[in-house]
Amino acid sequence: MAAVDQSPFRQTLGRVFSNTSVLIGGGLALVIVLIGLLAPYLDTRDPAGISPANRNKPPGFETTVRDYDTGQKIPVTYRMGSDTLGRDIYSRVVYGARTSLIVGVSVAAIAIFLGTLIGLLAGYFRWADGIIMRIMDGMMAIPAILLAIAVVSLFSAGLLSVIIAIVVSEIPRVVRLVRSVVLSIREEPYVEAAITAGTPTPTLLMRHVLPNTLAPLIVQGTFIVASAIIVEAILSFLGIGIPPDIPTWGNIMAEGRQVFQLHPHNILYPGAILGLTVLAVNILGDGLRDTMDPRFSKRV
Amino acid sequence: MSNVLDVTGLTVRLPGSSDRKNAVENITFSVGAGELVCVVGESGSGKSVTAQAVMGLLPKELKPSEGETKLLGEDTLAATPNRLRDLRGTKMAMIFQEPMTALNPVARVGEQIEEVLEIHTDLSKSQRRARAIEIMDHVHLPDPERMVDSFPHQLSGGQRQRIMIAMALVLDPALLIADEPTTALDVTTQAQILKLVKEMQERRGTGVLFITHDFGVVAEIADRIVVMQHGSIVEQGPRDQILQNPTQPYTQMLMASVPSMKPPQRTPVDGDPAITVRGLNKVYGRTGLLSRDRIVHAAKDIDLDVARGETLGIVGESGSGKSTVARCIARLIDPTSGTINLQGTEIATMRESRLRAIRSRVQIVFQDPYRSLNPRRTIGLSLIEAPMNFGVSREDALREARDLMALVGLQSDALERYPHQFSGGQRQRICIARALAVKPDILIADEAVSALDVSVQAQVLELLDDIRDKYRLAMLFITHDLRVAAQICDRLIVMQNGIVVEQGPTSDVFANPTQEYTQLLLSAAPGTDVEFGSGKAV
Repeated sequence: MAAVDQSPFRQTLGRVFSNTSVLIGGGLALVIVLIGLLAPYLDTRDPAGISPANRNKPPGFETTVRDYDTGQKIPVTYRMGSDTLGRDIYSRVVYGARTSLIVGVSVAAIAIFLGTLIGLLAGYFRWADGIIMRIMDGMMAIPAILLAIAVVSLFSAGLLSVIIAIVVSEIPRVVRLVRSVVLSIREEPYVEAAITAGTPTPTLLMRHVLPNTLAPLIVQGTFIVASAIIVEAILSFLGIGIPPDIPTWGNIMAEGRQVFQLHPHNILYPGAILGLTVLAVNILGDGLRDTMDPRFSKRV
Repeated sequence: MSNVLDVTGLTVRLPGSSDRKNAVENITFSVGAGELVCVVGESGSGKSVTAQAVMGLLPKELKPSEGETKLLGEDTLAATPNRLRDLRGTKMAMIFQEPMTALNPVARVGEQIEEVLEIHTDLSKSQRRARAIEIMDHVHLPDPERMVDSFPHQLSGGQRQRIMIAMALVLDPALLIADEPTTALDVTTQAQILKLVKEMQERRGTGVLFITHDFGVVAEIADRIVVMQHGSIVEQGPRDQILQNPTQPYTQMLMASVPSMKPPQRTPVDGDPAITVRGLNKVYGRTGLLSRDRIVHAAKDIDLDVARGETLGIVGESGSGKSTVARCIARLIDPTSGTINLQGTEIATMRESRLRAIRSRVQIVFQDPYRSLNPRRTIGLSLIEAPMNFGVSREDALREARDLMALVGLQSDALERYPHQFSGGQRQRICIARALAVKPDILIADEAVSALDVSVQAQVLELLDDIRDKYRLAMLFITHDLRVAAQICDRLIVMQNGIVVEQGPTSDVFANPTQEYTQLLLSAAPGTDVEFGSGKAV
């Protein structure tokens, strides 16, 4: 009977951490995060360092380079081969994880924060609903990539403008989700009881309405992370995202495109880890959805 | 004549984590041909599980572990899925509680009846249609030739339930299982459906297993009665024997808990009205350039007064506007016109910002105890929310909350617990405590006991009556249940389609209803020939 005495929050937590999808997806995602965090210690070299003598080498290629300070020759291995400028693909992929994760997580955080704010307004105040939702419908009518390209072209290319661009295209989905939750929760008798209890509207929203959006938002958040990582890769691949001096999985693939038929490893490795990352995050999201938010399992 | 259904020693095991071992335990009863057996019990008594076991419709987690359910000598527990499919419809059929969702909304009702025939018979298309029209005529649906091509949403709830009965009976099954078939219906519709079930049983010789929680319904139609509690049969026997001489304490308690249709003598409450409502209107919809005239008058020219220490009942069927009136008075919705006067303060048109300061004077207890408390907040937090909004300190509010818990009959350690740890009746007590926490002048009970089991209902009614006396509350009691209204209300307002059709002291309304509609309502109440409540005033 111990489970019955716990708060609903603790019960949910217990369910979440005994779910296989959460453990597998979360475990994989954690490995990717660790790779990004520990990039300098994973036997990597300068990801931007070029080596004209060692261009387009196959994976596993071993050679020696001269250290300019000491003049000594040190052996190096191109685990994933090298690109057309002789840069080490392995180091670039490992460092690229940082970009992807920064973009994914910050896009999710910002989009959820802003989307929740707008969604609460739209769901609770009827007068705001019409205006806000028509704007959101308009934004959703434009393909996310197109919208992102438009936003990036307004600012200078860079990490920040890529994040802003993806956030703009993700916000409407969060707004819709939050609004739908608010619309159903505001009819609950306990919300009406709070109204008759004289609870001021901002308190009412924070205390009784917002906590109900938490579970679907966490779930949606994971899907936003996955989608943002992909959009960032697409933007970089198209050459309108993050400048080429910062390695990202997207621009590693973009640079490898022209020699793809001769040296497929340029695209294979970043592509594989991109796929793995998105898969991990999506599995995690599926598990969270099943355990935290059964009501929404068909909707998101 | 031999029995249609023989249930012997049926035991259905519950999954390991449940609060008891078996959903139903060693139950034995039978249904004869042309006999109507009522299984009556409170929620969780196992009555629906019994029906599902017979039909082979048990949820996957539930497994019948012992016993047999013999339908015309054939054990349905042992039948293969294919055999069960053959039996359903032809030998046994079932109707459900919710006529709104039991029919497929995108298929014509005639097609849904014909589907049964298509699966189980070799009739041609035109024969099937003729048969569908015939059975619709039998269940007294008006103009079946036209209605056969209607969609479910074009029919009323009662008509849909008739379609369900037609579907169930079209192949003349030996056994009809009815699982609370009238619970979702209004009392006048319920009376018609009960009459229909009884007629079908007698005319076609169908054995009926009728599951209900309502002793009024039992008294109305049963030939034999099976009383269940906690998965076991407490008592069974012929109708008159059980209703007149129940031997088991549980049956006696259940029957004593059913409110009597006879209102007790009450002394009229005098005094200044705590609330005066004049000319209250609530209109939904708008007429405008783009929208056509589709307005609904949910409440029309309502006048009412409630004195301190008085209970005014508003009774009516669904859609009568009784809840609209309550919600206007609580200002959960804005009235279209009219005045609501709280001892000199006019609140009908007051702006929300000013209204908030006097919200404490009108409190409301809702119908659904499972949705009335925020599941994420402890009982204590829910109880002190309102007082703290009105400037009471946290310590004082908590002390008050502990007293209130005692008042509504709960332990004070309940304050640290969460809503899911309480039963429906306990939650409703908590909701009453929450409403009292701000010392209101007016308490609105909007179907506050309708979702509760009859024994719990009696206790909550008693509690409401006590606190009304203790705090001299003006109570507005909204209900569809005439029995409940008879027991707790000093005066009654009868509403139909948004207007007040009759009002007066409860005993007058029950003894001498002047309006046709009131007479209809009173005569439709099931089981009026049996005296329940054993004279005990709540």
